[in-house]
Amino acid sequence: MKDNQFVIRLEQVSKSFGNKRVLDQVSFRVARGSAFCILGRSGTGKSVTLKLMIGLIRPEQGKIFIADQEITGLESRELPPVRKAVGFLFQSAALFDSISVGENVAFPLRRHTNKSEKEIQEYAHKKLEQVGLENEYDRLPADLSGGMRKRAALARALALDPPILLVDEPSAGLDPITSAEIDNLLLRLNSEKDTTLVVVTHNIPSARRIGDELLVLHEGHIIAQGTANELDQSEHKVVREFMRSIQAG
Amino acid sequence: MFEFISSQVVVGLAWAGEVSLFGLRAIREALRPPYEMRELIRQVYEVGWRSVPLITVAGFAVGIVMSMHSRSSLERFGAEAMIPTVLALSMVREIGPLVAALLVSGRVGAGIGAELGGMRVTEQIDALESLAVDSFKYLVVTRVMACVIVQPILTTVMSFTGIVGGYLAETVISGLSFRLYFDRAFSSMEFVDYIPATLNTMVFGFIIGTVSSYLGYNTKGGAEGVGRASTLSVVLTSILLIVTNVVLVKIIIFLFPEGLG
Repeated sequence: MKDNQFVIRLEQVSKSFGNKRVLDQVSFRVARGSAFCILGRSGTGKSVTLKLMIGLIRPEQGKIFIADQEITGLESRELPPVRKAVGFLFQSAALFDSISVGENVAFPLRRHTNKSEKEIQEYAHKKLEQVGLENEYDRLPADLSGGMRKRAALARALALDPPILLVDEPSAGLDPITSAEIDNLLLRLNSEKDTTLVVVTHNIPSARRIGDELLVLHEGHIIAQGTANELDQSEHKVVREFMRSIQAG
Repeated sequence: MFEFISSQVVVGLAWAGEVSLFGLRAIREALRPPYEMRELIRQVYEVGWRSVPLITVAGFAVGIVMSMHSRSSLERFGAEAMIPTVLALSMVREIGPLVAALLVSGRVGAGIGAELGGMRVTEQIDALESLAVDSFKYLVVTRVMACVIVQPILTTVMSFTGIVGGYLAETVISGLSFRLYFDRAFSSMEFVDYIPATLNTMVFGFIIGTVSSYLGYNTKGGAEGVGRASTLSVVLTSILLIVTNVVLVKIIIFLFPEGLG
């Protein structure tokens, strides 16, 4: 594949916190329109990898490209155009707790579009409808369940219709049914809108369902990359244990 | 022991340096477009308008207490007629600016520290950045500017309500008329009494906004960290306000010696 078919590229990226090397010379590419899952045990740098992709964290070494633009050298004030093209669903949802769910979704529209107030509200309603929260516009995030908060955060992340969506632990803290609902929303986005997904997860059934390609991080290194079937055949002990434990789960 | 003290001094100086750079960044970003006017207006309302009840009640009470204390002292010299003048000058020059700043640091400083700290630990600040919003400009600059803008206004409210409180105490105790009280209160007052003392509260506002925003914006360690940011905001801004007040009073006396009259 040509480089321009990959919307995200990491080249020899390293990141440490204190003395701990979280990522060590990590390189991978994510194809346009694909669903890419990053797996690994806790503390292996999965969420750090996502945050590196939109410049929330800076790497010590290496280069990161989003749609052929290198973002590692950009200053803070040069990052917003890149970030508008990338939605981010946080593990904790990270909804603004002082404003309503609808206002959370309307927030990026107010900031970055020229829509009228009426259009913004209609659009925010539409986005909430897409995630099944059309009746929750005026409720505060604190009044929602964990699954509803995740869906509201997904609506906010999609408000600007970004071609890339980064998702951090979509099923964390959710029951299997709600988790499957979130997976289905992500799959629908991927198939209907051709949104490129990068999903960090512990949940392998979920990764199998969503991911076209899976990557396993271990101790700061990539130890396996491929389809779920290819990872099932891996001879790496950690990958095997990981995939087995998941199959059991 | 010496090593411990010197290491603490170094830590303190490093912290002061970081806060100063944070404040300078806030000033630089405040001058650079785009301007977050909508959020600034919201913060002026939150910091300023919502502090008015506290400032009014406190000013009133301080005025009454000041009047009673002044009476007990001045009576000994038969100088009760000076009470309105003494009270008005002390409210405008010193008590109004400092007490208003300490009250705002308690209400607003703790609030900013806790609010930004909570946003930091729940990833809301990262979420703002991910939505292509400059979180420093949106959260910090607007709060620092709001504190700078409202502090002189709140100080004026404090001084005025203090003078009114003094009048109430005086009229109850001595039956002093409204007109005579205010004639005496403002007879010795000039602009050099009001303007420098009130404008220097912009520095107080800057300290409250900067220190509490710094502590909140850089919070680490979950709920405990948020609590620490909130408490430290009040403690550190209070200490800094009192120390800065000494320096500013010295500067005012140096620059406006006629105000001493």
